[in-house]
Amino acid sequence: MTTLAHRLLARYAAITGATRLIPITRAHIDGCLYHGPASLDFARTMAESGAQVTVPTTLNVGAIDLLHPKLFRGKPEIVAAGREMMRHYSAMGCRQTWTCAPYQLVERPALGEQIAWAESNAIVFANSVLGARTERYGDFIDLCAAITGTVPEVGLHTDEGRLGRVLVEIRGVRDATMRRDTFFATLGHLLGKLVGSAIPVVDGVEQAREDDLKAFGAAAASSGAVAMFHMVGVTPEAPTLAAAFGGRAPGRTIRIGPRELAAAAAELTSTKETALGAVSIGTPHFSYDEFTRLRTLLAGRTIASRLEFFVSTGRDILARIDDEGWGAELRACGVQVVTDTCTYLTPILTGRPGAVMTNSAKWAWYAPNNLGYQVAFGSLEECVESAVRGEVWRDESQWDVAPGDQAGGRSNQGATS
Amino acid sequence: MIATQVLVAGAAEGEVLVLDEPLSFWGGVHESSGVIIDTHHPQHGTALAGKVVVMPAGRGSSSSSSVLAEVIRGGVAPAAILLGETDPIMALGAMVGEALYARTVPVVVLDRDQYARVGGWQYARLAVGDDGMQLTEGPRASHH
Repeated sequence: MTTLAHRLLARYAAITGATRLIPITRAHIDGCLYHGPASLDFARTMAESGAQVTVPTTLNVGAIDLLHPKLFRGKPEIVAAGREMMRHYSAMGCRQTWTCAPYQLVERPALGEQIAWAESNAIVFANSVLGARTERYGDFIDLCAAITGTVPEVGLHTDEGRLGRVLVEIRGVRDATMRRDTFFATLGHLLGKLVGSAIPVVDGVEQAREDDLKAFGAAAASSGAVAMFHMVGVTPEAPTLAAAFGGRAPGRTIRIGPRELAAAAAELTSTKETALGAVSIGTPHFSYDEFTRLRTLLAGRTIASRLEFFVSTGRDILARIDDEGWGAELRACGVQVVTDTCTYLTPILTGRPGAVMTNSAKWAWYAPNNLGYQVAFGSLEECVESAVRGEVWRDESQWDVAPGDQAGGRSNQGATS
Repeated sequence: MIATQVLVAGAAEGEVLVLDEPLSFWGGVHESSGVIIDTHHPQHGTALAGKVVVMPAGRGSSSSSSVLAEVIRGGVAPAAILLGETDPIMALGAMVGEALYARTVPVVVLDRDQYARVGGWQYARLAVGDDGMQLTEGPRASHH
């Protein structure tokens, strides 16, 4: 029944209006997360038909942390179904990576590579930061693409479909602010709401680490439907403003200054409560670099006993820090590492009294609805300091206006022209 | 009448339910009851089961495909989905539901005139082949 995959892919391609299919070099599948009996029926039907993926294929998170199964606090029947899902996808030849950050794996796609990736944060990272080419693939079609090794040639797979549409001018923000993780997460959150599914071109940010771009893209893909962005001078397909727009004028221009950013950051905090029940970071999955930063910020201090401190990451990253011998050091400080799944998709937090703090705009956006938690959004530094103190600690200086640019900060009301 | 675009062919009839805003099935539709649970949606609390659902667009997560397949499995899916714009996510859910459970939920994209017209109907019948669509206003067969 490999034919079911081919049939579904052909019908899907017809809907997109593509005139031809193109080969892909790899796939990343999000359909391995248990969504109910139909998702399991689909996986079982495909696997039992003997279907196999024909390109190297990685897997997004499942419902269960296979390495630390005791962390799961949901119903036992969900555990069984979640495990069965994960088993079927493995049996079809997918690599058991179980991460929402496949771009952190050693082998990752290169500039110009045609791929089929699912999971919104992975899609936006692949397109924008790696310059690989993927449309927004998701449940069912991700597996069909991996089995057939093809996708319709439309949208973000084409040169035309990758050009910027909306100019986003960042003005009046201090350099120190732009070096913080909160700047990128907050800007992404704000932009997702302002541009929807359009491709924004960010001008005025001179440097960004991969983890910053991860946070930015994940936020923009959660509050909006951004599948690609350009950051002039930072991302590979935007060496200049003109290149990002393909020489055309932007459809519209948005200006953002410290005032708009501070308001957007405040929106991500859903409570005034300062007592903390948990800290949840690593959504999308924590990178090796982020672990080194966490280690430096913790500096051997112990997390307050009143709260839980969860870091979600991929099993490959965990294996690396454990191989290097400092995973145990973090655990001794009170850090609990979650792999293979994600703390906003699956019940892991025990629900201790107090707010949950995170540096992830994506987590802050989903957790109040998905899990019913009150959220305090802050930087990694604020999360760690707060965890040690047992209550929310704020660095109030972070949205200050750049010196000599007071007027800029006041006049740029995030106006759209 | 020719549909703008047939995403999933089939025949269906039912009471017309016009959604005033786009709806994400993921997080917006209860998987076992087929009722709209998105509290921000104007038709929050309305059941989709058996209705000819007329909606401007889907919205958001690709996991909406899974939710549509799930309500098809549970027998609480719309009779048909008539869209204002194309939506591969809804189409995939219906295709997979059909492949797994042999139950067809036709999905069609209407042009603006058709969309406005069907919005004024109480009850609709449609028969969609690959060559186009017959969409008619109908009193229900058993109506008295």
